[in-house]
Amino acid sequence: MNLKKHAKPNAEIPTSSLADIVFLLLIFFLVTTSMNPAKGIGMTLPPPGEQVEIRQENVLNIFVNPEGAILVAGEITDLRDVRQKVYEARMEFKRRRGEDDEIIVSLLAHTEAEYKHMIDVLDEIKQAEATKISIATPHF
Amino acid sequence: MAVGFKQKSKLSSEIPNSSLADIVFLLLIFFMTVTVFKEYQGLRVQLPMAKATQKIEARRDISYIWLDRENRLNIDDVLLSMPEVRPIMAEKMRENPALIVSIRADERAKYGNVALLMEALKEANALRINFATISES
Repeated sequence: MNLKKHAKPNAEIPTSSLADIVFLLLIFFLVTTSMNPAKGIGMTLPPPGEQVEIRQENVLNIFVNPEGAILVAGEITDLRDVRQKVYEARMEFKRRRGEDDEIIVSLLAHTEAEYKHMIDVLDEIKQAEATKISIATPHF
Repeated sequence: MAVGFKQKSKLSSEIPNSSLADIVFLLLIFFMTVTVFKEYQGLRVQLPMAKATQKIEARRDISYIWLDRENRLNIDDVLLSMPEVRPIMAEKMRENPALIVSIRADERAKYGNVALLMEALKEANALRINFATISES
């Protein structure tokens, strides 16, 4: 009778190094992750070729010239006062047309103006909580 | 003599670390799902500052366009000219209709170029855009 014991094959996967490998991966992802999300001012453009006629009385026109001077409804305005003016125009419009109606704020910057000036004004309009903002296309 | 030989109960001086691997795994999975790799280098731009800055939630649906102060235009690390924007963006919109285009323009770039870019995006039907800014605090 053969009573010799069979050598038991080791059926286990060595897992002692698993934690080390996972740690390594963890450190890799920790280092590569950038936590600062993309930020910006969101806009939705109108579909192409759509030219809607709007009555002038429903529009607040804002122009920015190449020097960065701002014209709000025909008056030269300091950047700091733009928000107040837009807000007042909105409230005035709501008084005339009812709470649900929003004035259209049209922003037209000159092609030679710096992008910064246009963003500054857009920022002020956004802060005045205007919802209908139209970015007009300058003529080239 | 047989007085003080009672065995002291041995206090375990080891920190249990059997759950360590699980915790690390959890963290690993978190970081793997959160990480969005930076795909492109882009151009060196000084973004304008703004207060009404919002976060873009859908980070995987963003496509970037760089425009620097020398008015160079860059999409996906390729320098190109204004007429090339429309076909490229139209193709991108076909692949992912939920795309948000983030315009990373230098604050001293000419607005005319940004306007041209917006016109091209309009024609490419890329209507959801975003002016990349730094939030002022």
